[in-house]
Amino acid sequence: MPGKVLIVIPCYNEEASLPTLLPELLATKLPNGYQLEAAVVNDCSKDNTVAVARKHKATVLDLPVNLGIGGAVQTGIRYARDNGFDLAIQLDGDGQHPPRELHKLINYHDETGANIVIGSRFLEKEGFQSSFVRRLGINYFHWVNRLMTGLAIYDSTSGFRLFDRKAIEMAAASYPDEYPEPESLVVFSKAGLKVAEVPVIMAERQGGQSSIRSFGSLYYCFKVSLAMFFSFIRKT
Amino acid sequence: MLRIQIITIAVNVLFVLYISRLIVKGKLREEYAIVWVICTIFLLLFSLWTDGLELLRRITGVVVAANLVFTGFIFAILVYLLHLSVVASKLHNDNKKLAQEISLLKEQFNKHLEEQKS
Repeated sequence: MPGKVLIVIPCYNEEASLPTLLPELLATKLPNGYQLEAAVVNDCSKDNTVAVARKHKATVLDLPVNLGIGGAVQTGIRYARDNGFDLAIQLDGDGQHPPRELHKLINYHDETGANIVIGSRFLEKEGFQSSFVRRLGINYFHWVNRLMTGLAIYDSTSGFRLFDRKAIEMAAASYPDEYPEPESLVVFSKAGLKVAEVPVIMAERQGGQSSIRSFGSLYYCFKVSLAMFFSFIRKT
Repeated sequence: MLRIQIITIAVNVLFVLYISRLIVKGKLREEYAIVWVICTIFLLLFSLWTDGLELLRRITGVVVAANLVFTGFIFAILVYLLHLSVVASKLHNDNKKLAQEISLLKEQFNKHLEEQKS
């Protein structure tokens, strides 16, 4: 029986990139007979994200208040749980994660049975590699994660990730709000879920702005480190 | 009775009245009023019992009585602020759940509408 895959697209002011992303995504053929549904989670955008998404026949989860990326992704994950999806894949709305790379995550999951599969920019140094300072931060989180979970995840800040049924159940129950990527890995691996990484080729963002900029990046490092530490010592 | 005693007692009474008014009007929940009521009781106690502060000062070994008051109150305020942060965190979580629920319901509702149309 072919499974169902929900593509969760957290969006904040992405009316510029959705018209290219959605048609490409909906035309993507997934491996192993998986059926695809796209869910645009509108995190209280100030532009026409909702109208654009509806026009392209995507499911729209329209948040009445801004929850931040984690809260938006969790909304999509909850939709996946409530509607019996087998897999959920987070794909950012800014065009950084090309739909043609989806099959790599799905194939890897089907072959190895990993609960979380992360699309990584760095396993093979191809495509958009981010700036030097950002890579420094990503390297830092690689080591913090390694220290806390023993996992060697190189791109722990990557938002291009697949959740299987078990991970969907967990993330629907609790998922960090702000900058959830590195922190959630600590939670998942502590719960005994299998986290794996697979190389993908990312693009540079097509529109919109990163949620992490200038002064915010110091706060980001500090907040995420703290959150990871507390997730690490929290009893599950 | 000293003039300062009369002033503090008057301020206290006004404060209690204001808190009561807020509760009656439904603008302040009782659980958050407890701490304010306790504060006024303390203030009232020490405005009536003037030797009390001197006694506490000697027991704790603080040199200047005013420092004891400041330390005590600053600590109490810090604890209360922490409590408010806990309340804010809880509200944040509840708010998140509600927002997510609303967006999921909206989607269901829209699907229903479309099904009925077709």
